[in-house]
Amino acid sequence: MGHDTAEWVFVGIVIAILLYVGVDSWVVQKEVEEVPADAETIKVTGQQWFWSFEHQDGTKEISTLHLKKGHAYNFEIYGKDVMHSFNIPDWVVFEDVVPGHVNHAWFAPDQAGTYPIQCREYCGLLHYNMRGSLIVEDTP
Amino acid sequence: MVLELKKPRPIWQIMFSTHHTDVGLLYTVTGLSFLFMAGVLAMMIRTHLFFPGQNFLISDSVTFNRIFTVHGLTMLFLFALPVANGIGNYLVPIMVRYKDMAYPKLNAIAFWMNPIGGALLWLGFSDTSWVSYAPYSVIRAPGPAADMMIFGLKILGISSILSSINFIVTILKCKHPDLPLRKVPLFAWSMLTVSLMTLVAMPSYAAALIMLLTDRLGVSGFFNPTAGGDPIAYLHLFWFTFHPEVYIFLLPAIGMMYEIIPRFSRKPLYSTGSGVFAFVMLGLIGFASWGHHMYSTGMDFTTKVVFMIGTLAAVPASGMHVFNFLATMWGARIRFAAPMKFAVGGIALFFSAGAGGVLNSAMPLDFISHGTYWVVGHMHLFLTGTIAFGFVGMVYYMFPFITGRMYNEKLANIHFVMMLWGTVQVFFTQHLLGLEGMARRIYDYPPEYASWVQLNQIATVGAWILGGGFVAFLINLLYYSSKGKEANMDDPFGLGGKYYYPHTAKNPHHVGY
Repeated sequence: MGHDTAEWVFVGIVIAILLYVGVDSWVVQKEVEEVPADAETIKVTGQQWFWSFEHQDGTKEISTLHLKKGHAYNFEIYGKDVMHSFNIPDWVVFEDVVPGHVNHAWFAPDQAGTYPIQCREYCGLLHYNMRGSLIVEDTP
Repeated sequence: MVLELKKPRPIWQIMFSTHHTDVGLLYTVTGLSFLFMAGVLAMMIRTHLFFPGQNFLISDSVTFNRIFTVHGLTMLFLFALPVANGIGNYLVPIMVRYKDMAYPKLNAIAFWMNPIGGALLWLGFSDTSWVSYAPYSVIRAPGPAADMMIFGLKILGISSILSSINFIVTILKCKHPDLPLRKVPLFAWSMLTVSLMTLVAMPSYAAALIMLLTDRLGVSGFFNPTAGGDPIAYLHLFWFTFHPEVYIFLLPAIGMMYEIIPRFSRKPLYSTGSGVFAFVMLGLIGFASWGHHMYSTGMDFTTKVVFMIGTLAAVPASGMHVFNFLATMWGARIRFAAPMKFAVGGIALFFSAGAGGVLNSAMPLDFISHGTYWVVGHMHLFLTGTIAFGFVGMVYYMFPFITGRMYNEKLANIHFVMMLWGTVQVFFTQHLLGLEGMARRIYDYPPEYASWVQLNQIATVGAWILGGGFVAFLINLLYYSSKGKEANMDDPFGLGGKYYYPHTAKNPHHVGY
């Protein structure tokens, strides 16, 4: 094989893999960012070092969030002091809390249970303990 | 001929010298010292995380936060940059056949900023994490630690700009007229590329640091939302410097592998042109991908796509380096002395780190991995797996030329096996921890998460193995540099053939090249 041919073939294979990765993640991300129209809005506020939530009907919760199975929820994420990151690892809900900005993330839990909520951006002294829990209830 | 051995000199003659080999030696020794200091911090972090919920070894979270901050800052600014500059100082003037660096005094000044910057970082012991995101670093981080960190980084930034200017002028202007640029060895090309990158990248962070300082003093509000600023601005300024900086750390290590691999394969390099092309490509594309650190800050879809493409575009050029190395080694009579082992190990880990990086850059997957231990494992595979492997290999390669003695090959072998084993065990495990959802930079984790406990303990044992490897390295450096067997200066590694540069370094005209 010619000196350069092998290298071109190699680079070609690499580019083909990258094209696949790029196109596929474009398609998936497009789908993931499509918020359903009937999604209920939950206001999430992150501050040193706890989470507070406000449902659409005005109910407020601290650290523990109760949601219903089979509904879509759209989180409006507010920050008060420093940057945090709102994260429910089991449902791949992940968006930074940036003071001065309102960020969004949505999900629709289809399984009841208790899931951990955590902060995924370093925020100081008790960052490691900025935990909460999500309780998805089975009631329709 | 060999500087330190044949003419034993008092240490101040080396310290106050402006000759490029002396400054190179100072850089390398300083960088390696900081490597061991920051390595001790890393061992503390890993040992602490062995037991959840017990305050084991580190008794409070502030100390833990300070430790991982200084570990990160030290490894990046006081190990990775100085060692690359040290080897660069040693070899670049020889490779371009000039008597010294272009500006020897500037060179010495740039070096002496390192201990000063290092002292500020270590005496301050800031807790901002090495990225020091605003507004935490503005409104919450305790002074004077954070202010000392800002000044320390400022000084280190100036130092790296000065040494970059020096490398650029040395390579482009002081190169021997008979030596065309395309014939300059690839290590010098890597130093040229990263120096040009530093000149473009560093000012953005330098500006951000000044804004951070004035914000902290309360006279401005660039990044403070309560004063009308925007934390996202800091992130852009920061990552515009530090994504290219990834390549600034990486490319010298790749350049060192280009020195080692053809020599120990006893075969010419597969293609110099493709190496140069890949360096320049990485130097350019490195600037197109900083946004992938910010996917989750509320970035819109189109911007994310643009930065994803910019990130993926860097992969073919990295792949060309790997191909070049493999094609050089293909069918060669390879002599696996210590430098070659580290270079080959580094290539394998470079490949796996790069493969993990492709997954990070894919937008939906980034939302799983970002901010977790996956990223910790990923970037350590680059920093330990590729950069430290390349540097360590090069230090072993230069060892006989600098000291006139041979390191202990058996000990070097132990070092290699433990370092490779440890690196794989710690950092591959950390990828899995990330998939389990463990956030990075946490002081403690709930003991009831069984998978976290297991994986953390596996990673910690790996870290101890890795640390043990570095003990072997330390013995080799300290004991065998003065008590080792005298090296055969014509062919210390028994490769056959004649050696070119490092040992002719003291000859002012480098005719030996």
